[in-house]
Amino acid sequence: MWIEGIPPFLLFFVGALVTALLPSKWRIVLLLLPIWSGVNLFMTSTWAGSVTYSVAGFTLDLLHIDKLSLLFGYLFHIAAFLSLLYSLHVKDRLQQVAGLLYAGSALGAIFSGDLISVFIFWELLALTSACLIWARRQVASTSAAMRYLVYQILSGVLLLAGIVLLVQSDNDISVRALPLENLTSWLIFIAIGIKCAFPGLHSWLSDGYPNATATGTVFLSAFTTKVAVYLLARTFAGEAILVYIGAAMTCFPIFYAVIENDLRKVLAYSLINQLGFMVCGIGIGTSLALNGAVAHAFNDVIFKGLLFMTMGAVLMRVGHVKGSDLGGLYKSMPKTTLFCIIGAASISAFPLFSGFVSKSMVMAALIAQGHDYLWLMLLFASAGVFHHAGIKIPFFAFFAHDNGLRVREAPTNMLWAMGLASLACLAIGIYPALLYQLLPWDNQYQPYDITHTLTQLQLLFFSALAFVWLNKQGLYPPELRSVNLDVEWFYRKLIPSAAISIALRTQATKEWLMVLLRNQIKRLPVIQAERNASGAMLTRRMGFVFVAMVIIGALSDFVT
Amino acid sequence: MMTPSENQGFFDRPNTIKWILRVFYLLCVLLVVADFVVHRHIYTDVEKIPTFYALYGFVACVLLVLVAKVLRLWLMRSEDYYERVEDEHVD
Repeated sequence: MWIEGIPPFLLFFVGALVTALLPSKWRIVLLLLPIWSGVNLFMTSTWAGSVTYSVAGFTLDLLHIDKLSLLFGYLFHIAAFLSLLYSLHVKDRLQQVAGLLYAGSALGAIFSGDLISVFIFWELLALTSACLIWARRQVASTSAAMRYLVYQILSGVLLLAGIVLLVQSDNDISVRALPLENLTSWLIFIAIGIKCAFPGLHSWLSDGYPNATATGTVFLSAFTTKVAVYLLARTFAGEAILVYIGAAMTCFPIFYAVIENDLRKVLAYSLINQLGFMVCGIGIGTSLALNGAVAHAFNDVIFKGLLFMTMGAVLMRVGHVKGSDLGGLYKSMPKTTLFCIIGAASISAFPLFSGFVSKSMVMAALIAQGHDYLWLMLLFASAGVFHHAGIKIPFFAFFAHDNGLRVREAPTNMLWAMGLASLACLAIGIYPALLYQLLPWDNQYQPYDITHTLTQLQLLFFSALAFVWLNKQGLYPPELRSVNLDVEWFYRKLIPSAAISIALRTQATKEWLMVLLRNQIKRLPVIQAERNASGAMLTRRMGFVFVAMVIIGALSDFVT
Repeated sequence: MMTPSENQGFFDRPNTIKWILRVFYLLCVLLVVADFVVHRHIYTDVEKIPTFYALYGFVACVLLVLVAKVLRLWLMRSEDYYERVEDEHVD
C-alpha cells in the first residue's frame, strides 16, 4: 500500500503528463494524487534511506527527509490538493499541467539534499509558474509574465553563480548553513532574497500575482515564496541582517495595501508583509523563532490561499476585483463572504484562528531577544494587516455600498476548496497542537494565555475602531481606479523612457553630423587632375612630399 | 418586482448597522475595562502604559491611513500609466 523512497515530485510530474493526455471529464481523479502522495509521505516519514544519483562527479540527493522538509512536504501537499480542487472546473489544460508541474517542482526543491538539485527545481518553479500568468492570455498579463520570468531567471543565475563558487572552494554542495561572509554566500543569499521578495526585489510578486488567472494565483501564492523561506531557514538561520530585512518587509507593503485598488494586489502586498514575519523569525534564529517562522509559513499558505480563492471567485463571477467597483456582494455570494471573513480573521491573527498561534511565536521571540523597537514595528504591522486584509478586503468587496452587482455564487468545487481551507484555519487556531507536533525544533510554546489573548484582542478591536472612526469622519481614502508607483517604475518607466530619450538624441546627433559632413564635403575644391593639372603644380606637390619625407627620415633617426 | 426588504439587504439597513456598531463599541469598552481588572504579563517597558495595546492599535491605524493618504499624492497615477488598459474579460 505504501511505498518508501518515492520522491513526491516524481508523482506530480507523472500526474502532469497524465493530465496532458487525459480526457477532461476524468480530471477529478487528479485529486487522488496529492492525497495519496501526502499520506504516503506521512506513513513512510521514518524511512531513513536516500535517493541519490551521481552526475558528472556530483551526488544528487533527491529525497532528504527530516522534520523541516517533512513539514513543508505536508504543507505543499495540502496546498496542491486545495489548489487542484479549486481549479477543477477550469477547462484550460495548460493551467492544470503547469499547476501540477509547479507544485511538483516545489516539492522537489524542498526535498533536495544538494544545491544542484535545488537549482534545477528553482528554475522549473520559475518556468511553470510563469505559465500560470501567461495562461490569462491578456496583453497586460503576457508582459507581466515576461517581467516575472526575468526576475525568476535572474534569481536562478545568481544561485548558479553561488553554487559554482561553492564547488570551486570546497566541493561540498549539500544544503547547509552558510555564514554570510563571502561572495559565494551573498550570491546565494540574494538569489533566495529575490524569491523571498526582499524589499526592493519584491515587485515581481506585486506585479505578477494580480495578473495571473483566477485559479493560478492560488497556486502561485503557495509555493515560490515558501520554498524561499524554507531555504532561508536551512542556509541563513540566525543571520542578524534578516531581522531588519524582515521588519522592513512587514511595514512598507501595508501602506501600499491601504491605497491599492486591485484587491488581489492588496493581497500580494499583504503576502510580502506576512513573509516579513517569517524572515524576521529566521533572522532571530532561536528555536522558538524558527518554529514560529515555519509555523507561520504553514498557516500563511492556507489562509492567504483562502483569501486569494475568495478574490478569485469574485474575479470569475464579476470579471474584475477593483475595490472601487465592488460592494454589496454578500447578497449574491454569501458563502464566499463567510469564507473570506474566516481568512481575514486568520491573517489578522484573531484568537481561535490560525494566524494567532504562529505569529505570536515570532513576536514572543523578538521580545525574548530584546529587540524592543523591532517588536514595536511588527506590532504596528500586525495592526496594519488587520486594517488592509482583515477589514478592507471583505468590507470593500462584500459590504460597503451596494454597487448593484448581482452574480451567481462561486462554483461548487471552489466553495469546497474554500470551505476546507477555512476548516483548516479554524482547526489549527482552536487546536494548535495539530501544527505544533510537526514543528522541527523543540517547542513548549503556549499561545493561549490571558495576556496574549487580551492584548491581541485590544490591538485588533482598536484597529477596527480606528477604521470605523476614520470612515465616519470621511478621512478614509476612497477606493480609486489607479496604479501606485513601486520599484517596478524603474524598469517599466524610467529605463524605457531613458532608452527612448537616448535613442532620440543619438538619432539627432547623427543627423547633425551628417549635415556637417555634407557641408564640409561641399567646401572641398573640386580637383580635376587629369585635365587641368599643370607641370608646375605637379612639381610643387612633389616638392612638398620630398620635404616631408626628409623630415620624417630625420625624425626617425632621432627616435631609433 | 422586488419588495423593499429584498432590495435592501440585511447589512444595508441602517438599524442593523447601528446595532452592530453598538455591540462593537461595547466590546471595545469591555476590553479597556478588562485591562484594569486582569493582571497581564509585562515584558517590555512600554507595556506598563495602561491599555497600551488598545492605544497603540488605534494610533497605529490612524497614522497608517493618514500617511498612506499623503503617499497617494506622490505615488498615485492613472490606470493606464504604464500601458493602455484593455477591457478585462471574465476568465
